[in-house]
Amino acid sequence: MDLKLLSALNAARADRKAAVLVTDLDGAAPARLVTDANLAGDALEEPIRAALRSGKSGVVGETRVFLTVQVPPAQMVIIGAVHISQALVPMARQLGYDPVIVDPRTAFATPERFPDVALKAEWPDVALPPLGVDRYTAFIALTHDPKIDDPALLHAFEKDCFYIGALGSRRTHAKRVERLTAAGASPEAVARIKAPVGLNIGAISPAEIAVSILAEVTQAWRQGIA
Amino acid sequence: MLSTDEDILSQAEAWAKAGKGVAVATVVETWGSAPRPVGSHLVIDEEGTFLGSVSGGCVEGEVVTEALDVIGSGKAKLLEFGVADETAWRAGLSCGGRIAVYVEKVG
Repeated sequence: MDLKLLSALNAARADRKAAVLVTDLDGAAPARLVTDANLAGDALEEPIRAALRSGKSGVVGETRVFLTVQVPPAQMVIIGAVHISQALVPMARQLGYDPVIVDPRTAFATPERFPDVALKAEWPDVALPPLGVDRYTAFIALTHDPKIDDPALLHAFEKDCFYIGALGSRRTHAKRVERLTAAGASPEAVARIKAPVGLNIGAISPAEIAVSILAEVTQAWRQGIA
Repeated sequence: MLSTDEDILSQAEAWAKAGKGVAVATVVETWGSAPRPVGSHLVIDEEGTFLGSVSGGCVEGEVVTEALDVIGSGKAKLLEFGVADETAWRAGLSCGGRIAVYVEKVG
């Protein structure tokens, strides 16, 4: 493997860009790196697109060509410096996420409640744009406050996050669907919200709810990133 | 914190830029029950220092030995490992699966 190719692969990752290293295991052709910039028209465009959707490395069909697939590491944005978030942050880190918390309510978003975590005590319209929310972001709205959660969710729709979850009962969620639809969100976008948030494992305590949320996020990441 | 496969490739780049001979080993195929998924990496420097894992410990020793050979020759190798009793003369996988590992030099 050419050092330049390895550097380019690592640079793409640092830049949160998807990239695929194409290696001929028989050494018949030199390895090459395929990114969004040069994917169109590539001889292996279709299998590479499929590999990017699945996020899985592998040999192409019956050939001797191996694709090393690199999709950006998942990040996590949590709306709400609430009790569940306190349990969620350390667990999310164990799973490899680097969580960021957004909550304009300064009584909640305090360093005492959230030591050692990126905390944005600002409204979503100010806090979110610099965070680089993207396809590879898990987005979790936990404030229960439509003034905060709704604009945040609209941002998550726009960025096509792989996971969008929002706390609230079915009744709360039905009202949220009405509001977001009135705000211009498409039915497909609204339908992407996981609500009530998390897998149904009978979670009661904040830590249990965090487990159920992270289980659902993991499921979306591993099985549904396509 | 656990090293991800991505951190491992960054380490390979850093070693190579520091002038060391480096090889990258990648799990390219698995059959049956395999300890590490396709795409997992082990990176090795010329002194045998390694980071990452292709089998969770079963065959790393042999991969490192082969990698030192690859660093020396510059010629990539495709290694296959099966259950221990089928390949009694070399390292095997106790879990019963088989894996193919591609080892190539960086540079």
